This record gives sequence, structure tokens and C-alpha cells, in this order.
Amino acid sequence: MSLLSVQDLRTYFHTRNGVYRAVDGVSFDLDRGETLGIVGESGSGKSVTCYSLMGLIPQPPGRIESGKAIFDGIDLLNCTPAQARSIRGKRISMIFQDPMTSLNPYMRISDQLIEPLMIHEDITKEDALKRALEMLDAVGINDASSRIHYYPHEFSGGMRQRVMIAMALITKPELLIADEPTTALDVTVQAQILELIQKMQEEIGMGVIFITHDLGVVSGLCDRVQVMYAGRIAETSDTRTLFYKPKHPYTRALQKSIPSMQPKGAELYTIQGLPPDLSKPLPGCSFAPRCEFATDLCTAGSLPELKPVAEGHLQTCLRVQAGEL
Amino acid sequence: MPETILELKDLQTHFPITKGVLLRRTVGTVKAVDGVNLKVTQGEVLGLVGESGCGKSTLARTVMQLVPTTGGSVTLEGKNLTTSSGGEILDLRQDLQMVFQDPYASLNPRMTVFATLAEPLLVHKVCSSKDVAQHVADLMETVGLASRFMQKYPHEFSGGQRQRIAIARALALRPKVVLADEPVSALDVSIQAQILNLLAELVRKMGLSLIFIAHDLSVVKHISDRIAVMYLGKIVELGEAEAIIDNPLHPYTRALVSAIPTPNPDEERNRQRIVLPGDPPSPINPPSGCTFHPRCPYATDACKTTVPQLEDFQQREVSCIRKAEI
Repeated sequence: MSLLSVQDLRTYFHTRNGVYRAVDGVSFDLDRGETLGIVGESGSGKSVTCYSLMGLIPQPPGRIESGKAIFDGIDLLNCTPAQARSIRGKRISMIFQDPMTSLNPYMRISDQLIEPLMIHEDITKEDALKRALEMLDAVGINDASSRIHYYPHEFSGGMRQRVMIAMALITKPELLIADEPTTALDVTVQAQILELIQKMQEEIGMGVIFITHDLGVVSGLCDRVQVMYAGRIAETSDTRTLFYKPKHPYTRALQKSIPSMQPKGAELYTIQGLPPDLSKPLPGCSFAPRCEFATDLCTAGSLPELKPVAEGHLQTCLRVQAGEL
Repeated sequence: MPETILELKDLQTHFPITKGVLLRRTVGTVKAVDGVNLKVTQGEVLGLVGESGCGKSTLARTVMQLVPTTGGSVTLEGKNLTTSSGGEILDLRQDLQMVFQDPYASLNPRMTVFATLAEPLLVHKVCSSKDVAQHVADLMETVGLASRFMQKYPHEFSGGQRQRIAIARALALRPKVVLADEPVSALDVSIQAQILNLLAELVRKMGLSLIFIAHDLSVVKHISDRIAVMYLGKIVELGEAEAIIDNPLHPYTRALVSAIPTPNPDEERNRQRIVLPGDPPSPINPPSGCTFHPRCPYATDACKTTVPQLEDFQQREVSCIRKAEI
């Protein structure tokens, strides 16, 4: 049985300017110890998907319209607040994008680190501090015993992200959600953080959902990747297949627009136009207006469904399903 | 050999650190840019890479004379900008323009596209107020925006379109050199490709020289002819773009190149990654000798005391005393 099973998740935002369908029918499964990458441009709904699972969507304006997220038999979207609290921060943890703003500047690192332990475990403060120290050592902060009482501003960006990771992993969660954890960091620090997440995953054996817009990061880290576009999953498969045999036109276009995959000096492939306005109804395939292969059928029909093209490789493009591409 | 258009000689930008309110005293300096020598030829794209805090943006701002220089010179076509008066710099700005990182912050939200693009044309009296509309329309076409959007405000545009407006503003005066400070970092991959193509096309068509600053090496490699790698205010390696990325010589460049994740799963899983320990040191109190030695896997005792100079080595310039051994 899978660790997490999300079925038909829909999260809409009801604003004065209309209803934004940020996540519109997303389903996926995650096994224990597996790393799932969610890739997409800004506004594709990758963060909102994970915020919905964690119950972090501001309501209103957000509302989870439908869906289930079964984590170990409990539906995260329809459970009691007490159940949610007992899971969140203990069995499911999250790392956020910006380590500069996601730590509390008024609290010492030590207090922030032991907070999840004090809440979720019957533990004395001394023991909790001991665990916090071990954790800081494990994430590679030198001289942890003196630095544990520092404030966040006394750390650099990379160190703060390490503290965030230590905080997320101190309760040994079964699932870690990492929302663009390296986007705000330099490449050399990014390499350190990615290595750290991989090492901790091997130690704790947790499942990881890794959200990013960088296809390069995904290729080395993830077992499986799903590409999101306009609040829906466009394609999902194991990492190698997605990179070497992409099917959906959006995935292909994304790969063609990465400079490092193209010969130098050649003109980069560009996707025409802009991502769609999610407050307007999109007939048919949401990528069709920007797709070079689109036909009348793509915009006329109903919502295209995720269908398998091979074992474990699903995608929504109608023309691929018809065998035309 | 194309002629040199912009030359930086031993350029230094040091910021004083002061303490005290009434009795202000200087307690140290941040050497943001510390002795940079660079030449840019006409029609060339020079990529400038480095981690955050290495001084690449300060370098660009110094070249633009947006921050005061504390030493050395910036020469644009034989005229020294550092000794020029305010009026002369205003004139020289026609030839030297900048595109900033964040198109959400660099455009005035209360000015329409027309007002934004017309301002430089009118200030520098490039055209009369009668022809201004035609000029602005042409500019917008050049960067791929429809001229019917002229009376719109920046918030009505997407990030990529705003960056196009910022580029159009920089090109309004037909400059000879454009400095682009991380012009694509704030944009999505698909939009990034559009802006990169636009910049490459403009360089080709208008014979511009472009200094392209970025932290993403794959982007820099794609667009640049030459690449300069900066670390803590100094250039550590300078040479042909492909040579630097495919065969980096300085230990820092090696680490930087190996840290870029490639979108190729098989390669990515099998390759040896050099993970540098620690963070870049503080420029307030830089390490002795080679400033990279505390993080360098090849450092010896000599590296702690000798300050390496940028020297010619295998058709490029490298500043490492062990370059021949490693």
C-alpha cells in the first residue's frame, strides 16, 4: 500500500475577480522511501497541491472543493483538527522555499528546533535539546553546541536551510514535502543541500515530494516526476523515461527551452504565449493555445484524461493517445 | 581584431563600515570589487558568473557609475568615466545602459510604457516630441511587443513582457554597451528562453557589446563569447565560454561547473560532484593569501600566504598558484 494517495484534489481560490482553479483534479500516489518530483512553471499549482495536503491553504479565499489524500488510512483533507495536528509536523514535515523568511527571527534556533519534539513527543527539554544537537550535527552544522542558541539572522542562507531541514526531520517523519528548497540558494550551496536531503532520506527512509521548476535538480534526485500545467498533471513517469522519452508536447517544449541541452549559439526553442488565466474556463486541453501540434479536436473536446502510454507512464495529450505524435 | 570598447583597469569598489551615531568612525571596509581588469570588445558578449555576494552586481553598478569607484578606472571608448563630471557621465550614459534583475521593481509602476520609453529619448534630445510616438513604437516592435500596448502600465504585463520593456528602455538611446544584471533569473524557463533569444538577436543585429551577469552557468554558456568567473571581488578565471565550462581550470570554477544539475538522469547519477564545504567567506574579513583556500580541495600551505595573480595559462587567464599541478 502506498504511503500517500491523493485522489482528484481540487483547490480553488474564490476572489473578487473570479474563481481561480489553482489545482484542478490532481491524483497521484507516493510509496515509502520514494522521491517524487513535481515540476512546473510558476502558477502551475505545484505548491498549492502540497499546501492543500498540509492544510496550509488560507480559507477563505481558498477552498478545497473535492478530493481525498489518504495518508496511512487517514484522509488529510477531511480529518478532525486533532488528527491533522498529530500528523502535521510529526509524520509529515515540510521545508519551504525561502529560509530567510520561514524561520521565526525572534526565536533562538534551539527553541525552534525542539518545538516539534515538545509538542509531539513526551520528552524533557534536556533530552529534546540533545536530539536537536544531534540533528544539527547530522545536517552538517559545525560547532553545533555553541551555535544552537543563535538567532536565525546569525546564520547564512545555506545554514538556515540546513536548520529548516533539521527542524523538519527531527521527528523522523515518514513524508517530507520540500517546496523549492534550493531555489533561493547558490549552486554550490544547492549541491550541499541536495546531497543532504538524499543522505537523510537514506537514513530515515522517508518518502519525499520535491517541488521545483528546475528540471536539472529533478533528474538526479527523483525516482518519479510529474509535470504540472495549469493546475493539472500533464505527464507523469519514472525520471529516465520522462527525460529520454517525453511524450506530452509541454514536457518536450520545456526540455527544448533549457539552454544546457541545446548546442551553444543555437536559437532556443520558445513556447509561444503565456500560461492561461485560471479564472476563465478552459475548454479541452489547457496547453492547446500554446501547443504547436494542437488541432481543433484539442480545444473542442472535454477535459483530456491522464492515460497510460506505457507501464507507469501517463500523459494527457489527445494526439499522443491517438498515436499521432 | 575588433577594437576594445570598454576597459576596466584595476577597478576597486570598497564600502566603508561605520560605527557610532555622533562620532562616526570607519571600522573596516567591504572590498566588494577588488582589482578587476577586463576588456570588452565591440559586439562581444561577456558572461560574468559567481555566487551571491561575490561582487558581480557591484561591478556592474560601478561600471555604470551608480556607486562611486574607490580606485582604478573605467574607460569607455577612451573616456575615463571615473574622472568625468556628472554632466559628462550623463552624456556617456547614451552609450552605456543597464537592464536590471527584477522587472517587477525596475519599472516605475506609475508610468505608462510610453512614458518610460519616451523619457530617455526626450532627456537626451534624440528626437523631437513630435516623433517620439513613432520612435517608441519602433522600440516596442524591436523587443517583440505590440505598439498598441503603449498606454498600458507595468502591472498589466507579465514578467517576461516587463523584462522586454526594461530591455527596450536600455536600447532606446542605441547604446554601445549594455550591462544586463541577471535579466532572466526572475523568469520561468519558457519565458527565459524567449528573453535569451531576444538578447542574442539584438546583439547580432545592433552590434552591441553585452555584459551578461548571471549565476546560472548553463544560461551564461549559451549566450556568451567569453566568461569571467568572480569570487570575492576578484576574477579567478577568464576565457572562451566553451573552454571554461567544458574544461574549467581554477578549482573554484571546477566546483561551480560540477554543481550545476544537468537535466540528464544517467549523467547526473554517475558523475563525480565536487561539493564545496562551507559558504563563501565574508568580504569584510577575507581569508589571507588566496581567498578561496579555506574551501579549496587542492589548497596547500603556500595558498594561505601567496596572493595569486590572474596569469595567462592555456589560452586563458587563471589565478591559482597550483594551476599547472592540478
